[in-house]
Amino acid sequence: MSIDANTADRVKELEVDKYKYGFVTNIEMETAPKGLNEDIIRFISAKKEEPDWLLQWRLKAYRHWLTMDEPDWAKVGYDKIDYQDLHYYAAPKNIDRPKSLDEVDPELLKTYEKLGIPLKEQELLSGVVAVDAVFDSVSVATTYKAKLTEMGVIFCSISEAVREYPELVEKYIGSVVPYSDNYFATLNSAVFTDGSFVYVPKGLRCPMELSTYFRINAENTGQFERTLIIADEGAYVSYLEGCTAPQRDENQLHAAVVELVTLDNAEIKYSTVQNWYPGDENGKGGIYNFVTKRGACRGENSKISWTQVETGSAVTWKYPSCILQGDNSIGEFYSVAITNNAQQADTGTKMIHLGKNTRSTVISKGISAGRADNTYRGLVKILPRAEGARNFTQCDSLLIGNKCGAHTVPYIESRNPSARVEHEATTSKISEDQMFYCMQRGLSSEAAVSLIVNGFCKEVMKELPMEFAVEAQKLIGISLEGSVG
Amino acid sequence: MSILSIENLHANVGETEILRGINLKIEPGEVHAVMGPNGSGKSTLSYVLAGRDGYCVTDGSVEFKDIDLLELEADERANEGVFLAFQYPVEVPGVTGMTFLREAYNSRLRYEGREEADAMEFLKLVRSKAKDLNMSDDMLKRPVNVGFSGGEKKRNEILQMAVLEPKLAILDETDSGLDIDALKLVADGVNALRTNERSMLIITHYQRLLDYIKPDHVHVLARGQIQRSGGKELALELEANGYAEFDGKG
Repeated sequence: MSIDANTADRVKELEVDKYKYGFVTNIEMETAPKGLNEDIIRFISAKKEEPDWLLQWRLKAYRHWLTMDEPDWAKVGYDKIDYQDLHYYAAPKNIDRPKSLDEVDPELLKTYEKLGIPLKEQELLSGVVAVDAVFDSVSVATTYKAKLTEMGVIFCSISEAVREYPELVEKYIGSVVPYSDNYFATLNSAVFTDGSFVYVPKGLRCPMELSTYFRINAENTGQFERTLIIADEGAYVSYLEGCTAPQRDENQLHAAVVELVTLDNAEIKYSTVQNWYPGDENGKGGIYNFVTKRGACRGENSKISWTQVETGSAVTWKYPSCILQGDNSIGEFYSVAITNNAQQADTGTKMIHLGKNTRSTVISKGISAGRADNTYRGLVKILPRAEGARNFTQCDSLLIGNKCGAHTVPYIESRNPSARVEHEATTSKISEDQMFYCMQRGLSSEAAVSLIVNGFCKEVMKELPMEFAVEAQKLIGISLEGSVG
Repeated sequence: MSILSIENLHANVGETEILRGINLKIEPGEVHAVMGPNGSGKSTLSYVLAGRDGYCVTDGSVEFKDIDLLELEADERANEGVFLAFQYPVEVPGVTGMTFLREAYNSRLRYEGREEADAMEFLKLVRSKAKDLNMSDDMLKRPVNVGFSGGEKKRNEILQMAVLEPKLAILDETDSGLDIDALKLVADGVNALRTNERSMLIITHYQRLLDYIKPDHVHVLARGQIQRSGGKELALELEANGYAEFDGKG
């Protein structure tokens, strides 16, 4: 996507001084040079034709980021990230594409086959073809989007939303995850380049699942994605993020931010199936998935539920959370996190109860295999006004083999005596008896592990929308390959 | 050709030798009962045949159909047609009986290079098998064996056997923990599955099961070997005299 001459002129007019470092000609470039400084941020903002308020917000975030220290309290270890050694903006044309599936890593192709992904989609996922080349003119995606627009649902990239619906974006962006929230969210606020924007109008129950797969992005695949979903009064939407197919990306750090807002009687169901490249068996080259996801149940009787199946990434560090402001609001978190080989995960949730009679449910299933480490870290916080608050947390760990680890770090802070908080935790191993029982019925050891683990995760899997559920089951089996025997 | 031919089978559990030279031939369609005192190696025999880890064959051979059974993994043996009805069937939480059984059934079809059954076809198959056994398939809606009574577990094993249609069914103390009525129900199920092509190895401590499932041959397994073989009368003799003659755990 090259910037046209008019835009280039306009930007030059606005920010002439800032480009005294010889940046004027650079606007025509498709890629910003490596490194992070205010110029890069202005460049990004200019490329996206953003209004000034957004540029200022980005700069505020960047300046704040400079004062922050990278956190290190999670139970994960990773090589230091050199923030100056990254490209913060690159147009899609510049990505090195394999010319055909023959050039794609055969391991990757094997996985696509196991997941039953058709050849055309394989080409898309491995970057052989650009997104728009896969769909023809009367494409599924086009008809899909037309239908949504008819109903008044806005579903587009965040960049497009900033241009087409700036007031909506300005009203809500940063209202759930403030720019100063945490190191990675702050960085994201400064340099985000892509993500989804969804707005569902009053009273509308969106009949289709919104999937990122169909959000054809003309812009770069976000290493710093920013997603904002708003469900107006009485609205309902189910949003699917990610896909089961493993995605390679030269960008190692993924620091996305997702903000959800529900007004009175509204509901957002947010499902994620994440299978980013986990690195080789020693964890080298894998993706770091450091994400801030938070939902604000602003309205009374509103509900936000997070369902995630995390099987990829070398390091996963995320706590999808709910702020239960509105009275009677409900927050839910269902998670399956699998770590194998050398993967590490420190993941969980925060349920913050502010309003009266708020309820939260947390069901976390952690599965560790190989030499992996899996930590559940959860916070249930009941504030003084949260009369009648209730939480139920169930945290189960399954260990496969003798070299992996599972850890649970629950925090409960209750400042209202009428609150009820329940926490249950179990740790188990796949028993030899169970394995033999399955094998004696003809299942291979891998099929047995897959079956047993899927059974272990059932409570979470049944929360996934149908299209994800079937793929996710297959994915669980594949992620645990080689873990037994 | 015998369906099962065991010759001089020796097997250890850990360091201890449990099977000390078992010889046994089973023809297609035959029902053999193996009886013996506790610790004689009855369950060990069933686990060795089924290929369980931790049971180490140190000598001898086992031929099943015309295959060297000991060369195969547990799941391969199952797909070749060996079925073990467990004495203590284990729970598999979160996995419904139907899902489990369909996985097992399709594993065999895949092994044989045939096309897998879809959910509808499979449901029909299970319903008809359950009907033949006079059982309800309701228990398949529940997670495998979770919260099942002893009788329900045993009936579940028999239903699985009916669907998987093994060539050799090993029933490991199927009667343990059952009252007379439950026993009769299970026995009826087993009898309904007797065919000319299916052989059964019934491992039992008590002879009463054999009142309901009439064996062609009875063997006494004690001190790791088959000490005596005979017909049904042998079972009655044992009931009258006990195992004292064969005992002397060495």
